[in-house]
Parts: sequence; C-alpha cells; structure tokens
Amino acid sequence: MSDENRKKFLYINRKAPYGTIYALESLEVVLIGAAFEQDVSLAFIDDGVYQLMANQETAGVGMKNFSKTYRALGDYEVRKLYVEKESLAERGLTAENLMPIVYEDEDEDYAEKPSLIFVDRSEMAALIQTQDVILSF
Amino acid sequence: MGTLHTINKSPFERNSFATCLAHASAGDVILMIEDGVVGARKGSSFAPALAAKLSSCAIYALGPDLAARGMKPEDVLEGVKLVDYAGFVDLTTEKARVCAWL
Repeated sequence: MSDENRKKFLYINRKAPYGTIYALESLEVVLIGAAFEQDVSLAFIDDGVYQLMANQETAGVGMKNFSKTYRALGDYEVRKLYVEKESLAERGLTAENLMPIVYEDEDEDYAEKPSLIFVDRSEMAALIQTQDVILSF
Repeated sequence: MGTLHTINKSPFERNSFATCLAHASAGDVILMIEDGVVGARKGSSFAPALAAKLSSCAIYALGPDLAARGMKPEDVLEGVKLVDYAGFVDLTTEKARVCAWL
C-alpha cells in the first residue's frame, strides 16, 4: 500500500479481559487494521494492562483464552504494544508479570525483538498526539 | 491542531475521566458528553481537578446532555463552555484527531 494511504492507528485498551467483551473485540479490530497494512500501535492503560498478564487460565470460567493472540500479533506486523508504567504500578504489577511478546525482525535475520514498549504517562500522552486515528476499547 | 478528547462517563462511576485528564496535552480540547457532563457540575468534589485542567485545555460540555440531567448553564463550573450538537461537530473538524475515553 502506498504511504499516502497508510495511516497511524492507535488502539487504546483500558479494560481487563473476560469481564466484558472489549478486549476481545479490540483484538479483532486490530487484526482487521493490520490486514489493511496500516501502521498499528496498541496502548494498554489502566486495567487494560491485565490483558497482557502471563499465565491466564480461563478453563475455570468457561471462556476462550485469547491471550495467545497477543503473542501472534508480530506475524501481522503489529509490533508496537505500549504499556503504561503508572498503570502497572498502581495495580501492584511489574513488567515481570506480563507475557513476553516478541516479533521476528526480517531485517536482522529474523532476530526476536520485544514488542512491549514501557512508557510513562507523559510519553503515552505524547504518543496520542502523533496518531491519525484512535480507536478506544 | 491537537486532539479532541470526548469523555462520556461520570467521574464518580469510573476512572475514565481522570485518565482522560491525565492524557490530554496542552492545547487539546476536552468535551463532556452523555454521563460525562456529571463532571461539569460546580461545587462537586471533582470540580477542582477539572478546574486545574482549564489552564492548559479548552473544556466543553454538551448542552443537551446537561439539560437532560436537570442541570442549567449556571450549574456548570466557571470556564467550562457549552456546545450544542453542531458545536460538537465543529470541534471534531478543528482538531487533528478524536480520542474517546469510555
């Protein structure tokens, strides 16, 4: 796709998974945006950071565990997952509590590189200012 | 150009409004709609947080949503401007992007 048709899309995720359908719906829309070769970034703010928790076990609540989908996003050129540091800290979480999410860099012999980018609140605010389209979930 | 932030949840129901204020940059516009207009009321415990943001952002409330909830223009925090639906549309065209806080 030509650069002029390529827009910067930011998907803001602020809700924990499973309690509502927002997180799963966001993932669906993210994959659609990626299929149209847009410049996709994801933001995880407030309870949205819970979407990235390691060791999600959903058998007991009878729901599909979609957390593995986040680890497949790299294959769809979705490689920028911004996580807000203050949101983690407020919830007693650290980066170590989250799933390792990586992508393969085709320019460097498919070396695995981290997709999670940890930013503070002011950096997240600045990120919003660089986008063409923002979709909130 | 900056960003138009819309907020449609009461600050007394969830943290969306606080998160909106924390992520709005100087020169941005914040527009309260639907239950978000609850945050516009003068004298509420939320008013100081909203007033503090007035120095860096223009803040609006959607008039029809205020009226529907029994609030009059004089009930609104000083400095908060009222818009109708056409004004809402104007704000979306004046800013580079819209960011909805749910």
